[in-house]
Amino acid sequence: MNDNTENKNFLDIENLVVEYRSNDQTVHAVNGVSLKLEGGQVLGLVGETGAGKTTIAKSILRILPDVSARIAGGNIELEGKQLFQLSETEMQQIRGKKVSMIFQDPMTALNPVQRIGEQIEEVVSLHNRGNHEDHVKRAEEMLEMVGIPKERYREYPHQFSGGMKQRVVIAMALACNPDLLLADEPTTALDVTIQAQVLDLIAELRKKYHTAMILITHDMGVVAQTCDMVAVIYAGQILEYGTKEQIFDHPSHPYTIGLFGAIPKLNVDEEWLHPINGLPPDPTNLPQGCPFNPRCRFATDECRKKAAEMMKTPDGHDCRCIHIAEALKGE
Amino acid sequence: MAVPEIRNKHRNNSEMHRVMRQLKKNKLAMIGLVIFAIEIIVAILSPYIIPYKYNAMDMTSVQKGPSLVHLFGTDELGRDIFSRVLYGGQYSLTMGVLATFISTTVGMLIGAVSGYFGGKVDNIMMRILDVIQSLPNMLLSIVISAVLGSGFVNTIIALSVNGLPAAARMLRAQIMKERENEYIEAAVSINCSRSRIILNHLIPNSFSPNIVQATMGVASMISIAASLSFIGLGVQPPIPEWGAMLSAARQFIRQSPHMVIFPGLAIAVTVLALNLLGDGLRDALDPKLKN
Amino acid sequence: MARYVVKRLLWLIPVILGVTVLVFTLMSFCPGDPAQIILGSTATQEMLDAKRTELGLNQPYLIRLGSFIDQIFIKHQMGNSWSTGMSIAASIRERMPRTFMLTIVMMIFSFGIGIPLGVMAATHQNKWQDSVSMIFALIGISIPSFWLAMLLVILFSIKLGWLPALGIGGIQYYIMPALAGSTGGIASAARQTRSSMLDVIRADYITTARSKGVPERQVIMRHALKNALIPIITMAGTHFGKTLGGTMVLETIFAIPGMGSLIISAVNNRDYPVVQIGAIYMAILFSLCMLGVDLLYAAVDPRIKAQYAGRKRAKKNG
Repeated sequence: MNDNTENKNFLDIENLVVEYRSNDQTVHAVNGVSLKLEGGQVLGLVGETGAGKTTIAKSILRILPDVSARIAGGNIELEGKQLFQLSETEMQQIRGKKVSMIFQDPMTALNPVQRIGEQIEEVVSLHNRGNHEDHVKRAEEMLEMVGIPKERYREYPHQFSGGMKQRVVIAMALACNPDLLLADEPTTALDVTIQAQVLDLIAELRKKYHTAMILITHDMGVVAQTCDMVAVIYAGQILEYGTKEQIFDHPSHPYTIGLFGAIPKLNVDEEWLHPINGLPPDPTNLPQGCPFNPRCRFATDECRKKAAEMMKTPDGHDCRCIHIAEALKGE
Repeated sequence: MAVPEIRNKHRNNSEMHRVMRQLKKNKLAMIGLVIFAIEIIVAILSPYIIPYKYNAMDMTSVQKGPSLVHLFGTDELGRDIFSRVLYGGQYSLTMGVLATFISTTVGMLIGAVSGYFGGKVDNIMMRILDVIQSLPNMLLSIVISAVLGSGFVNTIIALSVNGLPAAARMLRAQIMKERENEYIEAAVSINCSRSRIILNHLIPNSFSPNIVQATMGVASMISIAASLSFIGLGVQPPIPEWGAMLSAARQFIRQSPHMVIFPGLAIAVTVLALNLLGDGLRDALDPKLKN
Repeated sequence: MARYVVKRLLWLIPVILGVTVLVFTLMSFCPGDPAQIILGSTATQEMLDAKRTELGLNQPYLIRLGSFIDQIFIKHQMGNSWSTGMSIAASIRERMPRTFMLTIVMMIFSFGIGIPLGVMAATHQNKWQDSVSMIFALIGISIPSFWLAMLLVILFSIKLGWLPALGIGGIQYYIMPALAGSTGGIASAARQTRSSMLDVIRADYITTARSKGVPERQVIMRHALKNALIPIITMAGTHFGKTLGGTMVLETIFAIPGMGSLIISAVNNRDYPVVQIGAIYMAILFSLCMLGVDLLYAAVDPRIKAQYAGRKRAKKNG
């Protein structure tokens, strides 16, 4: 059992820069991201598609596709260890055991020609001593824990529905009691009714094992339900970062405010939705200065010239904008 | 009739332009295209440009190796191999292109009818194709050659059956996908005749896989034609078809290997060029496949 | 599952019947008088007439067709070759193993070299190993096998004297023919393996495996290859069938007395029964091979197996 609550900076991402190269174009996926996480905490990473969220997660595990991806700068420290300096063999010991990941699309996340029980057993036997029977027992335990009868051990993925497949993925991810769980939009591909079940399951297991978690999502409702800290990411940069209460009660970045504004409210009768104008920038051709400036109604020349530094908001959380005061007033 | 037609033409033109642009970027495919084009031009002009007549014998210079006078050397009757290879290109290339043309056209028609009408018609036609396809490729051509005898036209007929079932099935699969589209419904609803629907709407939107198959088909037809000539069917000496030349050269393989090398090289280069082109076409038509 | 197999086997019957009709009909247009061919030029008119009656040549087409089918499938009597007089069945029995042997050696070359080549190309995508392998593959498909055969003979038999140029005997007699004939196979195997592996390597479940800490070698061997092999195996089955039916030219060049050379020499000698029966025999083998491929596919891919087995094994309430 891990007692992480004393460890400050259990996870420390510092100035991460990741790019993808293809033919002649460079995609600037992550541009100087810094995040900290304490043991047992849940960080919600919120942003639109293509903002760089998945890339950050894969960088922690170092499972980016090495044909095209390149970690161009920064470091990631996990419990004091510099992850980028570890050898591949050392990383393999961390993957699945200390840090594991739940992927977005359950339909394709499982090996179609391997029995699901064996897929769970695989991660168990990689990181645990003991004989085969012990590992199978553990795999069966995990199946039961996620609500799948252990009699289905020898079945193949195509025999399960999407929601059940995702449960298998969760079982695989938690089988070795990881200290950090990276959940990449675990419910986006599922029906709304199943979503709730899966989120509850993750929360239950997390509490049981005191697992820290980075929950990647674009759904503010999910954030409100599960997260302690929230980071808002846009075009590969963190624009706002603070506790859930701080972000939800006092959103300070024009983008964050726009996100909340775009959510239709149940108690207000409105004719039109209020999306944020414009589109996310092309990651091969990012705008100069603050990446949000083309869509921002508070943008000034200085915004267009230079990207902002992280500032402090009145209630003490981080916001990367020089017009916090105006944005707050404009609410 | 206006709406379906406009949509058709638009799809075709921009689609073709995109494909052409993609193709031009592929250097290997362009090399293949250029080589093949040169071969065709040379073949057409060959009676006028070859240094020696293809059947001009010269018993004083028998089985000589390559030299400045005879670029590819001479054969057992003193004939200039270079001239024979160039002249023979007419036969190999024509047979390949014509046989492919026939097999693709007939195949596409069968596939279109089968795919459009479905039901019993489809069933029967597919079973017939099953029967034809149950004979391994060359065997069927050999049997037909045996029946018809050797000769230029006979060989083309024997070759044509080869790509036919594949062309038919390919188009049929595409048509079965296309005919579910709404513009077909629209055409039917304005009383468009069935033949018009098939010819003007369905086929133009479905036949791009057939283009790739046809290009590779010419390559394999040329190869099979050479094989047929080689074993004594196909086209026979004194016509300098490349396969026939190889067959005749076999007995001299010890003393004069050059007689074997050059006709075979001609086949290899032609087939390679067409394969490069076909590969390029396939990549251009389906960018998803490009790795 | 068993029901599917039975259904497919039953389906073979009309196809084989169809091929028999097709071949019989085609051959009946062959030029030449069979009686003349059998008895030779010294035969008198009476002998020819008697022979024709004996062979039933004067009867209408359908009756001849019927008795042919009856003879082959029901009585299992294949008759004798017109040129050698030998029993056709005996010839087939003697020659088939050699064609089989040649085909198997060709398959070993094709996939033994092709698959590793394709894996290497895929795992080093866009680097030099990839480009070189694929160019070799392209050249491989383009070179006519009978030409390559002759080139190999020039090099290995004539100049170096390492391998025998003709005939059969030990395995060394099959090496050059197999090598010459398998360049196409090596090329196809390599290309198919490469594209199959590339598809698989980009799949999400490969990333999942890596995220579990599976060592890269195991990722490739256990997860990627296993999935990539499925289309490759079915391609191998199809290739086997095509190769089996396509050894004719190679057998002729290397004087291997197999089914292929039997048919070729029969064609050249106007020995029509041999051509007929040989063709039908090969067609049956080929169809059985294709059926085998389908079953193999089901055996290897649990998703297909489920499809064939029908509703019984379909999704449970999950």
